[in-house]
Amino acid sequence: MSEPRAQTPKGSFASEERQAYWLMLPAVLLLLTIGLYPLVTAAGLSLQRSILVFGESRFVGFENVRFLLSDGRFGSALGRTFYFTGVAVGLELLLALPLALLMHRTFPGRGLLRATVLIPWAVPTVVSAKLWAWLFNAEQGLFSQLVSGGAVNWLGSPALALHAAIVVDVWKTTPFVALLLLAGRQSIPDSLYRAASLDGASTWQTFRWVTLPLLRPAIVLALLFRGLDAFRVFDAIYVLTEGGPANTTETLSVYAFKTLMRTGDFGYGATLSLATFLAALALSGVILLFGGRYLKGER
Amino acid sequence: MKRWALAFAAAAFVALFLGPFGWQLLTSFWPEAELGGLWPSRFTLENHAAVVTDGPFRRAILNSFLVALGTTAVCLSVGAAASFVLAKIPLPGARLVLLFSLALSMFPPIATVSPLFLLLRTLGLRDSLWGLILTDSAFALPLALWTLTSFFREIPDELYRAARMDGCTPFGAFRHVLLPLVAPGLVTTGLLVFIFAWNEFLYALTFVSTPSKRVLPVAIGMFATDFKEPWAKIAAASVVATLPLVVLTLVFQKRIVSGLTAGAVKE
Repeated sequence: MSEPRAQTPKGSFASEERQAYWLMLPAVLLLLTIGLYPLVTAAGLSLQRSILVFGESRFVGFENVRFLLSDGRFGSALGRTFYFTGVAVGLELLLALPLALLMHRTFPGRGLLRATVLIPWAVPTVVSAKLWAWLFNAEQGLFSQLVSGGAVNWLGSPALALHAAIVVDVWKTTPFVALLLLAGRQSIPDSLYRAASLDGASTWQTFRWVTLPLLRPAIVLALLFRGLDAFRVFDAIYVLTEGGPANTTETLSVYAFKTLMRTGDFGYGATLSLATFLAALALSGVILLFGGRYLKGER
Repeated sequence: MKRWALAFAAAAFVALFLGPFGWQLLTSFWPEAELGGLWPSRFTLENHAAVVTDGPFRRAILNSFLVALGTTAVCLSVGAAASFVLAKIPLPGARLVLLFSLALSMFPPIATVSPLFLLLRTLGLRDSLWGLILTDSAFALPLALWTLTSFFREIPDELYRAARMDGCTPFGAFRHVLLPLVAPGLVTTGLLVFIFAWNEFLYALTFVSTPSKRVLPVAIGMFATDFKEPWAKIAAASVVATLPLVVLTLVFQKRIVSGLTAGAVKE
């Protein structure tokens, strides 16, 4: 803005700034009170022994943290959450990449593809979890019936249950990842592809040396968003298995939720929630550490 | 690659994404007592009828509608005002708001559940749909801010400056000039927020306990009665619950895609 402020007739620049602050205020207030305040309070809560049902609430310092560090259930949940995140996001990227490249091309039926791809995303997670729970139903579910030998307890056996949850997550969010990658693909200029074909590059070579490097910003973005989403997973697991069988699908969010709402231990629940937050922060830190430079658009 | 090969690959993906949903659709027409096997012996509407006439279920749909609408209204009004400033008026500290809202959207929601529970209780909003609207709005606001800001940025600065020249206050310019121009962006953002609020589960599960105030996702999640889950009825409920969303998505497909990728591309 190079023109002098004095040209605006109604009110001075100070008045414009003032109105601007007023317009921003509701948003900022909402973000701070519902966003930042709980985080700060959670830190305080975690320093207390607070059982809601008994109305008990006393300061216990770092007792909750000490318990956390020796809590085997927390350790399992942590490892499990990282495993879930890694496998789910990995699969999603593997599926979404060809899907995104496909959606960029023209062919009969492209409109149908683009339309249906949004459906898993739009459907509530609960609905999709129920949908898959039915498919995975031990006796009457479709998968059990298709497997020769009859009933397979997909959701009841520790080894299979977590992977069933991964399937649910991958099904639901691959479209979103594909859209992110598609946006990235659409911003690659056609001239590069023309140059590549003039140079006689094969399909694979074009993909490897033109598409893939230029998709890096989109891939890192997808990794970041999806990684965090998968790490915080709650809805799908809660509805699918409630963390069972015997806590073998219990991710961090589910464990924290149960501690808060079932046990009613708000103090330790807050500690667990904060630990989840810190772990998520660490995860995003690592992703940004290794992929951050691609986000800046370095070619 | 040959066109038919692409079409084949596309068909595979369509089957992958629609298939499970299609199976649920089929299940909803299956007589409850005859579940099992690969195809129903007969088709029936009894599940849908049971679901649609079920009082609590209908209330859940209404509750969901109220919460989603309320959240959308709050996010659009609060968000449009703030996004306008972020895009058009150079305010010190404005970028911080966008970055903070981005950080906020990365919080694990579970980390905010217990303090919010206590806060809502203090405000007397626990077990109230208004409390849910408040919390959902706060969580959807980052999405609204990022999407709307990019839409506002697309409007040339000259239009705003010209309006100011003509004697408009910033708010006047916002209301009379920019808001009408950004209307498509409002529709897109509204859709995204509506879908988010409609699907929201954790807060709805935690903050609202009275069965008659439950929203749809929670009602479906808690469908199990006694020991056995009525799978055909659950399927019917799922279909009824999702059909409006599916229709919305198909109709507004282009807008939704442009809204979702706005952040990624405009970066």
